[in-house]
Amino acid sequence: MMSLILFCCQTKDNEKTESWKPTPLKWVKPSNFPDPVYNLSKNPLTMEGVALGRTLFYDPILSKTNQISCASCHFQKAAFSHQGQSFSPGIHGQLSKRNSPAIQNVAWNPVFFWDGGVHDLDFVPFNPVQNPVEMGESINNVISKIKKLSDKNAGNYSEMFKAAFGTNEINSIRMMKALSQFMITMISSNSPYDQYVAGKDNALSTEQKEGLMIFRKNCNSCHTGELFTNFSFRNNGLPPMKINDTGRFDVTRLDKDKYKFKVPGLRNIGLTAPYMHDGRFKTLEEVMEHYTSNVKKSETLDPILIKENGKIGINLSKEEKRKVIAFLRSLNDENFLQNPTLSDPKVSGF
Amino acid sequence: MQRTGIFVANMKKLIYFSVITLICAISIVACNDDSKDVTDNPDLVAGNGKLSLKFDNVSGNQDLKLDSTKYTNSSGEDFTVTTLNYFISNIKLVRDDGKTYTIPQDSSYFLIRESDPKSRIVTLNQIPEGNYTGIEYIIGVDSLRSVSGIDKRVGALDPSGDPEDGGMYWAWSSGYIFLKLEGISSKAESANNKFYYHIGFFGGYDSKTVNNIKTVKLDFAGNKAVVASGNVPQIRLVGDVQKVFNGPVPISIAKNPSIMFDFTLSSNAANNYKSMFSFGEITQYRFL
Repeated sequence: MMSLILFCCQTKDNEKTESWKPTPLKWVKPSNFPDPVYNLSKNPLTMEGVALGRTLFYDPILSKTNQISCASCHFQKAAFSHQGQSFSPGIHGQLSKRNSPAIQNVAWNPVFFWDGGVHDLDFVPFNPVQNPVEMGESINNVISKIKKLSDKNAGNYSEMFKAAFGTNEINSIRMMKALSQFMITMISSNSPYDQYVAGKDNALSTEQKEGLMIFRKNCNSCHTGELFTNFSFRNNGLPPMKINDTGRFDVTRLDKDKYKFKVPGLRNIGLTAPYMHDGRFKTLEEVMEHYTSNVKKSETLDPILIKENGKIGINLSKEEKRKVIAFLRSLNDENFLQNPTLSDPKVSGF
Repeated sequence: MQRTGIFVANMKKLIYFSVITLICAISIVACNDDSKDVTDNPDLVAGNGKLSLKFDNVSGNQDLKLDSTKYTNSSGEDFTVTTLNYFISNIKLVRDDGKTYTIPQDSSYFLIRESDPKSRIVTLNQIPEGNYTGIEYIIGVDSLRSVSGIDKRVGALDPSGDPEDGGMYWAWSSGYIFLKLEGISSKAESANNKFYYHIGFFGGYDSKTVNNIKTVKLDFAGNKAVVASGNVPQIRLVGDVQKVFNGPVPISIAKNPSIMFDFTLSSNAANNYKSMFSFGEITQYRFL
């Protein structure tokens, strides 16, 4: 079905030049993945659209100071997360209040951000751009800056918008669609785990296979399926830090949602440290230690973490934790991290 | 896949809604012969006439002047207004024969900004000829459009504005600010004496929020706006900022210098300002 959708690239916009024929980009759903949530028929991927999105993604023109691009906090080598940073510095060195999440397999995301305030990928980039402590800019101003860039720059936006959308017009709809197109190509589906699922038995070590069994038994209710998340919001027993981030409550204003955060997917988890919404854990060992020994009880604590005997946390031996971590590392996808089509095109005007 | 489930459920809801609408449409057609209600009050089809609305903002019986004139609200607090923006949408006109004309959805979103005189005049085209006696509209953006895809976010609905400088979109919760009133008051205990009232919330996408979408119905007090060839009426509608403060639950700047995300305060403000509009008068412009 996907390929069918992707090859119909007609458009109703009659202003577009007759000769405009963007090159459809074949988008293949990984065989072990569910159908995507993103409606690709409304924004069919094209080589030109993805190229424009890629240029925008790596261009610091999106920030007020022209110094911070999407890639400043989303590095490819860290699965488009911010390796080593609990909080990412935005313009003027200000720090965000939540950990920069990995950007991968976003076509399957029904909900975005740690608090789930956005439901449509096309509306995601407004957030980092507008956030005063991230890029501190407005899309309106980004558009006027792009329009002012002279043609001598390598990143010739006027031509790129025309190639992607048929005319030179630069507007927010096109910008968001191009960014979505590029982000949709950030697919991680070729980890040793995926190879194992595809039938290559020796892709996982014995220890990793045991880890997978333990993981499915103990972690699967939230970290479900091939994306390793059910996209629900949970309080996993992290004691609030000084800033008292109430998470999902910020969006819903419901007391029952206090201190709940979106369950993150776990692909490339070995490379996206630090962990949790506030990046408080530096290692996977600390994460496992939290779930087995340090879960704090509170009114909204996920009941799944409360055992029948009233004890709190997940019951795993030291050995089991080691195996789970070994399995988690099998979700690291070198192909994704090295994929040259996702790297910096180095054509920015700055 | 619980979230996906909810998403699918939402999509289904939309689909159900469309199906129900379709069924209604079919039943309306089918019932034309024996349903008086339906035949008496069908929505008119587009015509060739024109009509304009002039949004004239005031503070009580004084004209509204940004940044300068000092006003006093119902709690006896002084204030000046630095920003007043609001969305008007889903406009429907009522004709003297009881029939109504609904402005096509895609042409029915307007952002009125006190700082921009051009934005305060809304020109409506393709109006069927006739004598109009009243108007209905929403203050804000309806929920369906609030969750629609990026292709539908054009014109006034473009989310690209700077929310700290006149922008009317909350990217973090994916919703529009329906009405933004900012000003300065000696009673505001913020560092710069500013008060900020940003009122939004359309009811929520997957978790119910307060719904501050308010419908305004005004009749033209026996006056008629005559839409005919060469006749373009302008209807002056008066928006009173005093009503933001004064209504069922009065709002005090001293107590609440900032109202944005608190559902109770936000809905208090919306319940107050839903009656901010009144009919001014009709000016008939004739073109030969």
